[in-house]
Amino acid sequence: MTDSSAIVVEGLRKHYGATKALDGIDLQVAEGTVQGLLGPNGAGKTTVVRILTTLLRADSGTARVLGFDVVRDAQKLRGAIGVTGQYAAVDEKLTGAENLEMFGRLYRLSGRTARARAAELLERFELADAGGRLTQTYSGGMRRRLDLAASLIMRPRVLFLDEPSTGLDPRSRAQVWQVIEDLVREGTTVLLTTQYLEEADQLAHKITVVDLGKVIAEGTADQLKERVGGARLEVIIARGGDLSAAGGVLARFANGEVNTDGDRRSISAPVAAGAGVLPDLVRALDEVSVALDDVAVHRPTLDDVFLALTGRPAEADPKPDPEADHRADPSGPADGLDPEASGSGGPGPETGPGERELVAG
Amino acid sequence: MTALDLSPVAGRGRLGWSLSDAWVMCRRNLVKIPRTPELLVFSTIQPVMFVLLFVYVFGGSINTGSIPYRDYLMPGIFVQTVVFGAMTTGLGLAEDLQKGLVDRFRALPMSRGALLAGRTLADLVRNVFIVAVMLLVGLAVGFRFHHTTVIAALAGFGVLLFFAYAFSWISAVVGLSVRSAEAAQSGGFIWVFPLTFASSAFVPVANMPGWLQVFARNQPVTQCVNAVRALLIGGPVTSAALQSVAWSVGILIVFVPLSVRSYRRAAVR
Repeated sequence: MTDSSAIVVEGLRKHYGATKALDGIDLQVAEGTVQGLLGPNGAGKTTVVRILTTLLRADSGTARVLGFDVVRDAQKLRGAIGVTGQYAAVDEKLTGAENLEMFGRLYRLSGRTARARAAELLERFELADAGGRLTQTYSGGMRRRLDLAASLIMRPRVLFLDEPSTGLDPRSRAQVWQVIEDLVREGTTVLLTTQYLEEADQLAHKITVVDLGKVIAEGTADQLKERVGGARLEVIIARGGDLSAAGGVLARFANGEVNTDGDRRSISAPVAAGAGVLPDLVRALDEVSVALDDVAVHRPTLDDVFLALTGRPAEADPKPDPEADHRADPSGPADGLDPEASGSGGPGPETGPGERELVAG
Repeated sequence: MTALDLSPVAGRGRLGWSLSDAWVMCRRNLVKIPRTPELLVFSTIQPVMFVLLFVYVFGGSINTGSIPYRDYLMPGIFVQTVVFGAMTTGLGLAEDLQKGLVDRFRALPMSRGALLAGRTLADLVRNVFIVAVMLLVGLAVGFRFHHTTVIAALAGFGVLLFFAYAFSWISAVVGLSVRSAEAAQSGGFIWVFPLTFASSAFVPVANMPGWLQVFARNQPVTQCVNAVRALLIGGPVTSAALQSVAWSVGILIVFVPLSVRSYRRAAVR
């Protein structure tokens, strides 16, 4: 445990009946960073957040946030952190301003301060015009922003976000991401859970992959991607181009075997460097007079990472969620996904979807 | 952003904070009452229909001795109305739970009982309003106070509302234990129906079969109805009033800690 750790978790275990929700989780989050907790539904992400935010007690293990023990110093901790759960937890029959003011009062601000802070936050989250309207008239994105605003009333040094963009359309998601990035720039430590690989990639400095209550991998997005191999360079050469000459050029950039697919006029090879090689590559191909239809560096996605780590795709076993219908899937078509793995193949989880759902609670 | 000073108000004791938090929660629910007029209308229409049904349809066939039936009926209607009204406590809490608000409140440094205290108090205020409406309805169909004083009548409404408040806490436990507001709705009424109908609210207990009389005489709704009836239209007061108040106190002693425990353990789904 160091001074710079905002969150320190050791050996966290929690079970519901015979189901192990958490099976020994360790976690350290440095102050001022974004930690992503990535995993499918039922992996135990929400359970971790609930324990860290004093909503649930672990069976064993310890957790400290900002030096406060989550059990012994629960009351002090509650005043120092911000929490946004999976649902936009605002009162629909109150206006946006009334919601924020109420939460401010419950943080024990004076009425005047709570009102001033509410106005400040509405302004910041572009809700000032809607502040006097009942939140039941808000769009999903507006509600989510209000929810986020509510968790920021006390300018918490640590913010917990449980699936912050679940159910949002792409534009609202971008707004939420922007807010998170701003907060981190101001020095806030963020722990966010997500099942959207793109989100962890975009926001998190460090990602912890959890599955079935255990940490199965940890590192930066790049480190995790390296575990499934580096980037892959692919060129499609123009009709009539010299395949073997192009293959020769690619071999100079590759750190492995060059594959040539004559039918698709595609040549590909693994490369150590990323997209930085492209200008040199294009120039070199030009020198041997090979014209290109397409050129790309494919970086492994976190889908690939998850598949490599668990033997099954991250987005399999979708949760029978009542909100699933109107939930936008920001990961979009999983283009990096192995077609074989996106079927029902691969070893399934030990427990059925129903039981795993229970764990997510 | 100009840095607004966010230091919490200092120098308030634990009790002071609990009261202040409860007031914030109570005000939240009070503000919402006029914003959901349909709730208020429905919770008034139902007892009005009961009044009309019993006064004009069944009333003629119910023998209440020397007491005119509408005078006999109205105290029963009052009790039924507030007991049904108390069920909104559980409904509201189940909704808060479902929407994730309970989680949000639990993650705040507020007092543990504030949500429940605020909710039950706001529901009490709702009940006061509904009783006032029902009293007017009663007067319109011919209900009159007899053999009573202003103070006794006020005491009658006091006994009534205290009973309603106690029932709110039973409802709170139900609301925090079920998984949805819909379940709280039906789960709330299942046990309230036999309590209100197998009681002295609408018919004299003496007209029921023997085995049912045993239940009807000894259950809290009957005690409350008898007490309110005695205080509003005359009759032996002391025993019924004491028993009704004792039931209310007993219910609170059991269900306040149970509700707080359910609240602390409550988890979304």
